[in-house]
Amino acid sequence: MNPLSVLKNDRGGQIFLGLLLLVAVSVPILNLVVPEGHPLHLSTYTVTLTGKYLTYALLALAVDLVWGYLGILSLGHGAFFALGGYAMGMYLMRQIGDRGVYGNPELPDFMVFLNWQELPWFWHGFDQFWFAALMVMLVPGLLAFVFGWLAFRSRVTGVYLSIITQALTYALMLAFFRNEMGFGGNNGLTDFKDILGFDLQSDATRIGLFLASAIALALAYLACRYIVNSRLGRVAVAVRDAESRTRFIGYRVERVKLALFTFSAVLAGIAGALYVPQVGIINPGEFSPLNSIELVIWVAVGGRATLYGAVAGALMVNYGKTYFTAALPDMWLFALGGLFVLVTLFLPRGVTGLLRRKEATA
Amino acid sequence: MSALENFRETWRRDRVWDFMVSTSGMRLDISHGTILYLEGVSVSFDGFKAIDDLNLYIDAGELRCIIGPNGAGKTTMMDIITGKTRPDSGTAWFGQSIDLLRLSEPQIAELGIGRKFQKPTVFEQHSVFENLELAMAGDKRVWPTLRASLNGEQKDRIQEILETIGLQEHVQQRAGSLSHGQKQWLEIGMLLMQDPHLLLVDEPVAGMTHQEMDRTAELLTSLAGRHSVVVEHDMDFVRSIANKVTVLHQGSVLAEGSMDEVQNDPRVVEVYLG
Amino acid sequence: MSRCLYPDLHTKLASLGLMAWLVWLLLYTAPVTAEDATADLTTAFELLKGRSFKDKGEAVDLIAQSGHERSKMILAALLASHLYKNKEDERIVIRETGKQYQDALSGELLEGVNKRKLKRITINNQLRGQIRDALATLDLASPEATVRLAAVKSMTGNVDEASQARFRASLAKEEDKRVKEALLTALAIAQLDAADPAIRLTAIEQVTGNLDPAIRAKLARLEQDSSQPAVAKAAKQALDGIEFKLQLYATFETLFFGLSLGSVLVLAAIGLAITFGVMGVINMAHGELIMLGAYTTYLMQQLMPGYDEVSLLLAIPAAFLVSGTAGIIIERTVIRFLYGRPLETLLATFGISLILQQLVRTLISPQNVPVSNPDWMSGTLEINSVLALTYNRLYIILFCLLVFTALSLVLKRTNLGLQVRAVSQNRAMARAMGVRSARVDALTFGLGSGIAGVAGVALSQLTNVGPNLGQSYIIDSFMVVVFGGVGNLWGTLVGGLSLGVANKVLEPWSGAVLAKILVLVFIILFIQKRPRGLFPQKGRAAGD
Repeated sequence: MNPLSVLKNDRGGQIFLGLLLLVAVSVPILNLVVPEGHPLHLSTYTVTLTGKYLTYALLALAVDLVWGYLGILSLGHGAFFALGGYAMGMYLMRQIGDRGVYGNPELPDFMVFLNWQELPWFWHGFDQFWFAALMVMLVPGLLAFVFGWLAFRSRVTGVYLSIITQALTYALMLAFFRNEMGFGGNNGLTDFKDILGFDLQSDATRIGLFLASAIALALAYLACRYIVNSRLGRVAVAVRDAESRTRFIGYRVERVKLALFTFSAVLAGIAGALYVPQVGIINPGEFSPLNSIELVIWVAVGGRATLYGAVAGALMVNYGKTYFTAALPDMWLFALGGLFVLVTLFLPRGVTGLLRRKEATA
Repeated sequence: MSALENFRETWRRDRVWDFMVSTSGMRLDISHGTILYLEGVSVSFDGFKAIDDLNLYIDAGELRCIIGPNGAGKTTMMDIITGKTRPDSGTAWFGQSIDLLRLSEPQIAELGIGRKFQKPTVFEQHSVFENLELAMAGDKRVWPTLRASLNGEQKDRIQEILETIGLQEHVQQRAGSLSHGQKQWLEIGMLLMQDPHLLLVDEPVAGMTHQEMDRTAELLTSLAGRHSVVVEHDMDFVRSIANKVTVLHQGSVLAEGSMDEVQNDPRVVEVYLG
Repeated sequence: MSRCLYPDLHTKLASLGLMAWLVWLLLYTAPVTAEDATADLTTAFELLKGRSFKDKGEAVDLIAQSGHERSKMILAALLASHLYKNKEDERIVIRETGKQYQDALSGELLEGVNKRKLKRITINNQLRGQIRDALATLDLASPEATVRLAAVKSMTGNVDEASQARFRASLAKEEDKRVKEALLTALAIAQLDAADPAIRLTAIEQVTGNLDPAIRAKLARLEQDSSQPAVAKAAKQALDGIEFKLQLYATFETLFFGLSLGSVLVLAAIGLAITFGVMGVINMAHGELIMLGAYTTYLMQQLMPGYDEVSLLLAIPAAFLVSGTAGIIIERTVIRFLYGRPLETLLATFGISLILQQLVRTLISPQNVPVSNPDWMSGTLEINSVLALTYNRLYIILFCLLVFTALSLVLKRTNLGLQVRAVSQNRAMARAMGVRSARVDALTFGLGSGIAGVAGVALSQLTNVGPNLGQSYIIDSFMVVVFGGVGNLWGTLVGGLSLGVANKVLEPWSGAVLAKILVLVFIILFIQKRPRGLFPQKGRAAGD
């Protein structure tokens, strides 16, 4: 089966993937081939920034899947993102080896600083990439599974569920801030040197990570589109609109929710894992409730239940943030807050909703 | 059940835990001619006795009407049959061998009891076709649903049902934009997609015009090969379809018989008109 | 029988005569005593000028017994080696801090004193002890109960025979309860060291239940003393009894802290319970409304510098108005359009919370602002030596109960309350009965927000006030509402208080942060069992 057949009726998706391909091809060229000083040259900083945005887009995609199509407003998805990020971070920390400040080949710097004698049990295995990659998907997935199993089984829905997801990420934030947890405390994990042997500071590695993000985003999009097009996707929408009815028809609503929620968490974890090597740090602030709520607004701005809307929204809002925090830092929170209010009041279908409306009337 | 009862129930040695009961081995046994047994069923909500020692027997292939004033317990009775509510006491059997009280709602739906609600609850955002597709009988587990696609036989079946309910022209239309009567038929169609043995139809003609009511009467009568239970207030409609009528009052059966017998029963007269 | 309110003539004359005699007594005896005292002091000073320590000892006794108002100061100066003889004019002078000199007798400040002409009046160790005793005795006889108490406490633990006698004498005359207790404690401790085991046993009996740490130390030592097994056993029993009591008081203290923390939670959450319960609106800006209340307190204090008590009391209605108005504005401009869409309301109000935070940061300051506590908020209420309740926490608990009662009354007794309850239970029906539900919505939201503002006033007294104040309380408020049951004030009260107590109970062995995490996890699990909270709203219309 041709994976691209999934995009048959998905005009927005076709446009999006086309653009993504364009970006994925041109950015490396504009960075590596075009010489510096040339007006079209893209600095490595821009490459990394774009890569970061792509991971955010992946995260937004994960949220749209459960919110737009399943009706679960998760205000704690940042937790899954952060957990994936920490898993990758732990691998990168172990890769530092004895090149850290304290020169200890076994223990990362912060552990030496805390006078720890040996590696805690949960750090074992993270010197292997395959193990770290597995954990990137397993840890958020497992958390989502357990949490979802508890929540969905008791039919906790709507705002209650959203608040509980907030509490979850808040609790994790508090926990990870503690030095005794063994994850670097409030400084987090940083000072990474290389990944899979490639120096993190080199241009080539950065391009590589950027491409990996683009590929992950494309694959995730195709996977989500496949799900959404399938009968399961229709069942999900049915659950969103009329949960009891769907249950009466005979679908195991809890299992549908659990499956999609867990899958979404795994996507978020992967996004986090791609994010960390590009920004070079992961700290407990990523668990902050504010992050998780902000990410919801990306999807809302773009337009939920479209998939490509989530991507568009993530890119737009984050670009806006970068611009604002550089140009008018004091105004950023005003702008963000205003965005929340305006989108919910006037743009319930997001920016892409406007475009679709135009297309419908045309 | 209280915590203590739950605990005791968990440790019983003569039965398997409820969640381990699988419906795959269950088969509807109507060798004795009766498809539904409700015996001694009682249930209270916050002190109010909704169902009070109810005894009801539905024969296989029968089209029964249940009537009664508001609050008589008709909807609650259906809730018990479909597993939405558990009675405080009594038994409910589907055929000779299937104990409804030990099964979950999805399991009961799978075994062939279909319910149509008072308010039409179709999936508004989906098309008529998609509504029927979702309601289709088949493997409803997560992974198979993901990989599922319609084969020819299934498409034919959907087409057949579309014709039965008369919505062929509206096949791709969003269900939310159908008229009230059309939504009711769609819902009956969804019920039929599950190929149920027992159909529970709660007020099917509420809000319909006379023509729509006639069409609905035809539809339901044509289904009588399957076994239907109809709940309806409207006397005319009940007259046009029923053979046997059961009158409920304050949670238990007041009178049973043909339409004429029941209408002339003094107790019924008192309750309805007194 | 009629009651005679006005005394008759006899009684009037008798009381007049009595008063006159008392006045004469005061006027005539007081100066006489004063004259005597001065004479005593003068004699004492002569004795001090000599070299004989024995003479000086006599002088000390004289000064102590003179009853002169400056005796204590003179003795203290002597003890500290600040008493000098001026060789020029034979006066006795006291050296103050800052090299000032004052006449010992009169107290007047002396100018131009030649330091070289001053000779220090020396004392030896025996004199030192004597002076200390004399000072303590003076303190013991002080008219101020606090001074007496301090004196007894300072001597506790080293009470010799003579002092014991003195203590017993004082005990007979003592009226103040606390001083009496202190005297008994001191005597009992002294007797614990008695040679006779019988006396020791009696002493142990006497101190049973006494929580003074000095006694505990003594008992511990006696318990170890194997030479007197009977005494050791009695000591152990007494110690066990004391341990039990200590546990009891510690539990009570934890309970107290828990209730005060819980009160804060209740105050923060109760406004949310109303808006969520009545209108089904999740207001993520609730924390910021609390913050506005706290900032109102700050601004009131800035407006009225120096009048802390008044500004605090005025801040309460002011904060109510400020936050309430903000709430009404939010409702009219944003929330009104989002009814029936709780998730959107959540997001929109979150946006508003960001805006409010940033407003405060730009208009006032991104840093924390100082809010001072009035005097009556500080200090502690000492129940006994191991249990001291701080006043500010007590007031918070009382304040919380007050606010809760006021709110219940508003909801139960006023017209607005009736309409609010009607709309929350069945909006359509209420409107059919003529209730202007839109107006009720706005006012309800205003009420809930106003309460949040008042909570902010309380919080300003407990914690740092900054733009992020709201963020710390929003999740806790939600947890309380979700746990206690939506739309139910009692649920909020019980839920909040129990969460506070649970938090404090967990703290000792898990630490504050982990306790918080555990409580959050507990609530997440609790919601599985009872998705509608402790006291859910009844009826099918409620959020079915």
